[in-house]
Amino acid sequence: MYTSTKISIRDLNVSAGKTQILKNINIDIPKNKITVIMGPSGCGKTTLLKCLNRLTDLYPELRVNGQIMIDDNNILEAKEDIYKLRQQMGLLSQRPYPLPMTIYNNIAYALKLRGIRNRRETHKLVMHYLQQANLWDEIRTRLREPASRLSIGQQQRLCLARGLAVNPEIILADEPTSALDPISSQFIEETFVRLKHDYTIVLVTHVLRQARRIADNVVFMYLGDVIEQGSVEEVFGNPKMEKTKLYLGGTFN
Amino acid sequence: MTRSQKIEEKFFKLLMILATYFILAILAIIIYSIFEKGIKSISWEMLTQVPHGGYYYGKGGGILNAILGSLALAFGATLLAFIIGMPVALYLNVFLIRHKKVIAIIRFLLDLVWGIPSIVYGAFGFSLMIFFGLQTSLLAGILTVTLFILPIMIRSMDEILCTVPIGLQEAAYSLGSNKSEIAFKIFTRQSFSGIITAVLLSFGRGIGDAAAVLFTAGYTDHLPNGLLEPVATLPLSIFFQLSSPVPEVQNRAYASALVLTLIILIVSLFSRGVGKRYHKTKINF
Repeated sequence: MYTSTKISIRDLNVSAGKTQILKNINIDIPKNKITVIMGPSGCGKTTLLKCLNRLTDLYPELRVNGQIMIDDNNILEAKEDIYKLRQQMGLLSQRPYPLPMTIYNNIAYALKLRGIRNRRETHKLVMHYLQQANLWDEIRTRLREPASRLSIGQQQRLCLARGLAVNPEIILADEPTSALDPISSQFIEETFVRLKHDYTIVLVTHVLRQARRIADNVVFMYLGDVIEQGSVEEVFGNPKMEKTKLYLGGTFN
Repeated sequence: MTRSQKIEEKFFKLLMILATYFILAILAIIIYSIFEKGIKSISWEMLTQVPHGGYYYGKGGGILNAILGSLALAFGATLLAFIIGMPVALYLNVFLIRHKKVIAIIRFLLDLVWGIPSIVYGAFGFSLMIFFGLQTSLLAGILTVTLFILPIMIRSMDEILCTVPIGLQEAAYSLGSNKSEIAFKIFTRQSFSGIITAVLLSFGRGIGDAAAVLFTAGYTDHLPNGLLEPVATLPLSIFFQLSSPVPEVQNRAYASALVLTLIILIVSLFSRGVGKRYHKTKINF
């Protein structure tokens, strides 16, 4: 089956001082699929994700070299439109970080950044995105409360709704369920599966079962190297590399 | 727990308790002596009148000149220091994020000037006044006290802004916020109550300082009368009254100290209230 590539990473190297965090990474991430990046802690998954929306700029110690093409644009060279560029991607981090404002304004803020200021449209879209993130029914009467009062699971879904509100094409998720209870995790997973028809999803996880459940494509990383990548059936069903077999067998975590 | 661990635990617990109560006791003694000596002399007349002729030898009048002068001076200086200091603190934490060395140098310099005694600021303010041809005045006092409290204001805001989690910044950046949005929408809201504390701390230092205003604001028995006129302040008023040989006037000094303490108490309760209220509702602005 032919799928077009949304993000293509070529010869990506990231280092901090003398430590090489990512070594010659080459990955193709297909459009409208869930690509799971998995591997043990400290293998560079999170750094890779942060390269994709240039959050690496916030860390002066990081040196980033190589090419990351999104559609036909090398984002590592983009200089001026960095803020616009980040809006192509919604980010979901390990822990939810609601903005210090009300639930409603968390979404409205994102909409404003996208250029939507009309009140009626804002109302409509706030509702729309909260529904998309499976949160609307629980909090429809609490929209004016501070977002920090929601439970962690609800906060994470709020962050997802907020990420969607900037109208991205890509969703980046960094172990988004690691702080959540099983039911909230399931909510997030289901939402991802539903969203992949409209978005390209890159999910970092170290939960193998989660990868198996929702991934279309899998990238296995170990100590800054990409060891193996391919469809979920290939990598889980018939791993080619010794390290992948060991990891899937639970020998190292 | 072994026996030695138990002894260690008990020892340090005792030490902490002793240290805490020791400090509390000293504070209590200071406040008690201000109250004890001040409460006798405090009167409606003292709060509502300016010194009459011979006030400092025990005749009638009050310290309204110093109360209003100090309030005008401290509010002016705090406002000015906030207007200058807030952007500096935000600049350090948001815009300079890629230049850790520059941040470290600026912080070091600010810590250094924090330690300079206020009399030096007073002398510096005085030489500035001469340079600009300014007389001792409310304006000169405000400018000098502003310089004096700026490092306090900036560094205490800076310490609060430092604690904004990097994850929250990443979340806001990933939505496409630019740096000024991050500074004004995220940092200021997240740190609101800490910023109020910083302002309060600076106000307290500003209103309580005598040396910075000695040469610059001057002193007068009249009410504050415009930016370019000299102005009386409570710390100097306390100093002049304490230097009087008349016991009654010395007691009035304590009464003035009581007024100063109460002003700081009221301002700090008020701003704490604002901070709490904000935390409850997280105003939508």
